[in-house]
Amino acid sequence: MSHAAESAYDAPAILKEVKPTALPRATLVENNRSFGWITDKICGIIEGKTPTWWWVCFVVACFVASFTVAGLTYLVATGVGVWGHANPVNWAWDIVNFVFWIGIGHAGTLISAILCLLRQKWRTSINRAAEAMTIFAVVCAAIFPVFHVGRVWFAWYLFPIPNSNYIWQNFRSPLEWDVFAVSTYGTVSVLFWYVGLLPDLAILRDRFTAAGNRLRGWLYGFFAMGWRGSNRHWSNYEMAYLILAGISTPLVLSVHTIVSFDFAVSLIPGWHTTIFPPYFVAGAIFSGFGMVLTLMLPLRAIYGLQDLITQYHIDCMCKITLATGTIVGYAYGMEFFIAWYGANPYEGFAFINRAFGHYAWAYWIMISCNVITPQFFWFKKVRQNTTLVWVLSIFVNVGMWFERFVIIVTSLARDFLPSSWGYYSPSIVEIFTFFGTFGVFSVLFLLFIRFLPIMPMAELKAVLPQADPHGHGGTGHGTSDRSH
Amino acid sequence: MFDTAPAVYHAAETVRDAGYKCWDCITPFPIHGLDRAMGLRRSKVPRISLVGGVLGFVTGMSMIWFTNAHDYPLIVGGKPYFSPMFAFPVAYELTILFTAFATIGGMFLLNRLPMHYHPVLKSDHIVRGLDDKFLVVIEARDPKFNLAATRALLERAGGREITALEA
Repeated sequence: MSHAAESAYDAPAILKEVKPTALPRATLVENNRSFGWITDKICGIIEGKTPTWWWVCFVVACFVASFTVAGLTYLVATGVGVWGHANPVNWAWDIVNFVFWIGIGHAGTLISAILCLLRQKWRTSINRAAEAMTIFAVVCAAIFPVFHVGRVWFAWYLFPIPNSNYIWQNFRSPLEWDVFAVSTYGTVSVLFWYVGLLPDLAILRDRFTAAGNRLRGWLYGFFAMGWRGSNRHWSNYEMAYLILAGISTPLVLSVHTIVSFDFAVSLIPGWHTTIFPPYFVAGAIFSGFGMVLTLMLPLRAIYGLQDLITQYHIDCMCKITLATGTIVGYAYGMEFFIAWYGANPYEGFAFINRAFGHYAWAYWIMISCNVITPQFFWFKKVRQNTTLVWVLSIFVNVGMWFERFVIIVTSLARDFLPSSWGYYSPSIVEIFTFFGTFGVFSVLFLLFIRFLPIMPMAELKAVLPQADPHGHGGTGHGTSDRSH
Repeated sequence: MFDTAPAVYHAAETVRDAGYKCWDCITPFPIHGLDRAMGLRRSKVPRISLVGGVLGFVTGMSMIWFTNAHDYPLIVGGKPYFSPMFAFPVAYELTILFTAFATIGGMFLLNRLPMHYHPVLKSDHIVRGLDDKFLVVIEARDPKFNLAATRALLERAGGREITALEA
């Protein structure tokens, strides 16, 4: 026995051969689909007959959007006083709605840029629709500050264009920073989206031309810029895409940071805090993922995209919502702690007033929607129930709107001078304008899913196992079988 | 025309080793490592992006200095006329904006796009080459091009349906 123990001791503790355990990779496209199947599936959505539900939704969305048109027309014809703003609450629903919509947009850029840099391949099936969501959300967001300037025909004063007064913009103001942040964000989002669309537009060009639809073939072809899938082009394209992802990442973080500067650089109690930039960015991503879930789950069900948006994708999105929601919850707690620890009576009052003052109802809606709702995503059973996930995502959207309302309105309604305290309620014009932006957003999104590929086909094909040029994908079969 | 990604990858290596210069692969998606298999060098897009970024930052800073400190200085809140601190957010955003335009412009420029007429686009195979097949295209202006020899090379590499396209 002792001999056996000795020989075991003599043998070197090195294996003759190392067999690394193959890390299980999540299946991103289920049922071993082929390249051709993806093309047919995504293009089929555009090539097929316009479904009845699309027309119903489109008409309803146009009707809802008309509320914004009506609200804004009345405002321009009468004056900005038709909104419920009055001293001391001179920022209210307009800025709430602006921050709400901008925040929603951030998930699109997070998915397309940050997850691209982190090589999270599951982003491919949701990034196109999420980027579209970003652009349309920025459109909705821009409406509010532009019309809040009052005389909207002077909105170009926001940009440094020489004018007859010879006075330039004040670049010391965070509001002017915001003009540049949001317009850059909108522009870069459109460019990024367009670059991603390029190869897919070329596929549509060829398919519509082959099918004899010359007009649509020509239109898709015009925007496809003569893309021909050349690898010499792909080489530059991939580099450009990577750089765009690289610059969009600091962009998305900076945009909401600058949005938070609108508040943090001021001296109002409850706004003047250094926690705002990270707290706003986390909140923006949280609300954006809420909106991505709200949009993608119905699309997945309607178009039968379960093979492309798998349970794994839903799990990932829920987990990000959970993580960012928890960060937001931490920020709420930390704000309270610092208000007490900082021993500034105005700051302390602002927070006690938020939780227990006139707007306590809004505060507790915010807490229950943003802190409690995402905690359900800890449970696998909840994440697997798509209906429940969708309902929870709606709560996230509602909660994040209330967060902005609480921050903006409670701080202004109870500022330094008790003699100027007030209570703000929105006017019907404001309610109309905000309600209508959901229609504006829906109209744009419906047009998008009708006329553009809702998923990036080229990127989806690249994450299939058979895309590996060294044959490590295992199952190489099924590549030419389109029905598969 | 090739059916699978590994097939076109090896075909590209064959064509590269045969010494061709004016040729290309048509693929529905960027294949990992195909650049090396084709013997392509690193893309030059980042250089153009860098120029754009630097230009954006300089534009931002100098614009703010010109408007707020030089052309019409105005005291606001007792703050200095110019400081790189308050100018930073706008210069930062313009850096990103200009980089984005330079990157995309550079990509189009280096790819010679838009180019709506190209012999490859007239081929019926291009529809499959963007969909689920992989093509290798060798141009007639390549010094090594010889219709019979090139055809034989592509056949040896495992290609199917080899056709000559009119330019």
